[in-house]
Amino acid sequence: MSLLSIDGVSKLYRTGGRQQGITTALREVSFDIDQGEVVTLIGESGSGKTTLGRVVLRLTTPTSGSVRFDGDDISGFRRADLRNYYRQAQGVFQDPFSSYNPIYKADRVFDLIRDEYFSHMPRREWDAKIESALDAVSLNPGDVLNRYPHQLSGGQLQRMLIARALLLEVRLLVADEVISMLDASTRVDVLNLLVRLKRAGLGILFITHDLSLGNYLSDRTVILRHGSIVETGPTASVFGNPLHSYTRMLLAAVPQLHKRWQPATDIRATESHAPAPRERLAPAPAAKGRPAAGTRLRSARNRPPAAPPLAEHEPGHFAAEEA
Amino acid sequence: MSVKVENLSIAYRTLSGDVRAVDNVSFALRDGEIMGLAGESGCGKSTLGNGMIYLDGRMRHLGGRIELDGAELPITDGKAMRSYRMRKISLVPQYAMSALNPTRKISELTTDLLRSHNVRYRDLAEEMRRRIALVGLDDGVLDRYSFELSGGMRQRVTIVLSTLLDPSLLIADEVTSALDVSSQRAVGELLMEFRDRKFVRSLIVITHDLSILAEISDSIMIMYAGRLAEKADTDTIVNAPLHPYTQLLLASLPEVGIRYEDGALTGIPGRPPSLSSPPAGCRFRDRCPFAMDRCASEPAFEEVRPGHYVACWKVKEEAAA
Repeated sequence: MSLLSIDGVSKLYRTGGRQQGITTALREVSFDIDQGEVVTLIGESGSGKTTLGRVVLRLTTPTSGSVRFDGDDISGFRRADLRNYYRQAQGVFQDPFSSYNPIYKADRVFDLIRDEYFSHMPRREWDAKIESALDAVSLNPGDVLNRYPHQLSGGQLQRMLIARALLLEVRLLVADEVISMLDASTRVDVLNLLVRLKRAGLGILFITHDLSLGNYLSDRTVILRHGSIVETGPTASVFGNPLHSYTRMLLAAVPQLHKRWQPATDIRATESHAPAPRERLAPAPAAKGRPAAGTRLRSARNRPPAAPPLAEHEPGHFAAEEA
Repeated sequence: MSVKVENLSIAYRTLSGDVRAVDNVSFALRDGEIMGLAGESGCGKSTLGNGMIYLDGRMRHLGGRIELDGAELPITDGKAMRSYRMRKISLVPQYAMSALNPTRKISELTTDLLRSHNVRYRDLAEEMRRRIALVGLDDGVLDRYSFELSGGMRQRVTIVLSTLLDPSLLIADEVTSALDVSSQRAVGELLMEFRDRKFVRSLIVITHDLSILAEISDSIMIMYAGRLAEKADTDTIVNAPLHPYTQLLLASLPEVGIRYEDGALTGIPGRPPSLSSPPAGCRFRDRCPFAMDRCASEPAFEEVRPGHYVACWKVKEEAAA
């Protein structure tokens, strides 16, 4: 059984004021993550990659589809189950500075964990636990404890957030653009840390728009465009033999040190710059004597257009059919 | 030489004294040169870029001069600089695409901008439309509000705006950083095209992303803790860098196709020194694997080979040997 399985997840957002429309953020997305596996989710802005991360952490409810953790549907979790879920599944997000409250010292994020899960643990034992978690992320406790967020670098703050997740018995980490804001010299430390954690059995959903970062540590890659999967497979196959034209376009655009951009297709003209298609909602039929009822996202009429079907080209390597 | 900067030093005024963010910086740009300026956050690269065009209230000019097309820029005289900005030297500041006024249409804010430089929008409207088409946008964007455009579209609009009066020098600060790879490429190619079409004579592209510079720039200058570390043409910096900092910075970049099984990349241990009380001597000394006694005194930023400038004792000793 997979650690996490995402099954046919769709998410529609209602947008606009008077001219109501719905935006399809996710369209029947399905894939699994095993223990000790890093799955990279790659997509441009607006592709729905962050929404999917939020769905996995139950910060957003999907319009349809389900997410299972150890086989249990996470939407059914209440109180104790949910608390137990967050003990095992945690997220770290893009901007480390905004994850901390600047008024409090940065190590307050550890105290909050203690209050929630370890209130009975003796102080001494707890301190030892923090020390070993900081050690796991290559931080020196003396450098980071008892300091305010502004006294620490982005890389240190980001690693503290990962250490915070390690204090729990975390088995799944959702890492959403965790290194985009870091300098090149500290970026690699965080990447290598994730590799070590993966070897220790952690399942990681690594969300990024940077293909070279995705390639560095992931086992499998999922490429998302306008909310649906266009290509997925073992990382080496997806990067070595990209099948979908969108994947090829993304790869051709990655700036590389030792290779100049090939004069490929005119990047500017590609459709990817067009905003995601927005479907207009048909106005809800106004019942007599009542104002028009709010349109319901879940109603049958508002099913998202089906995602393009995926075809298997190599073992485990799927690509969407192109029109 | 279209641009010449000599011994420029800029400090920030803080309650605990001056912080020298740019310390004795000298360099030059040829006509038509795109120079990349790279370094870690806090190294002073944005201060250098901003200080060359506008010294705001927090900044203090401690010395040095800037020459543009043979004439000295009155950088300390804010009023006199007005007639140079946008006409001679122009800046796309960091986060410029988030700074477009959301309550004005693109055409209206262009009008405002031009009026503040005593130019009528009418006279340039046609050129504006031509350039908007050139960057791959529909001229309908002129009647849009900034929030109706995507990040890549907004960034292209800011570049068109800032080069509308064909300045000699454009300073582009992190113009590709917040964009997806495909938009990064579009904006990068756009900068080269504007240079080729002579909308701008030369460019300074400030970024922390060396790989984008490897794609678009002719030369790269590396800054560390307020000082220059190395400058050379792009091929030399990418393939044969001399300064240990440049070498380590390049080694820490993951490239497409590299995986952790092939050998883990290494970061640079430690952090840049605080600029409010910088250590004496070479500022990279504490993190440098080659540091020696001599590094306790400051190495000069000197030409070791034609066009290749480095500030490092080890490099100088090897060049002399």
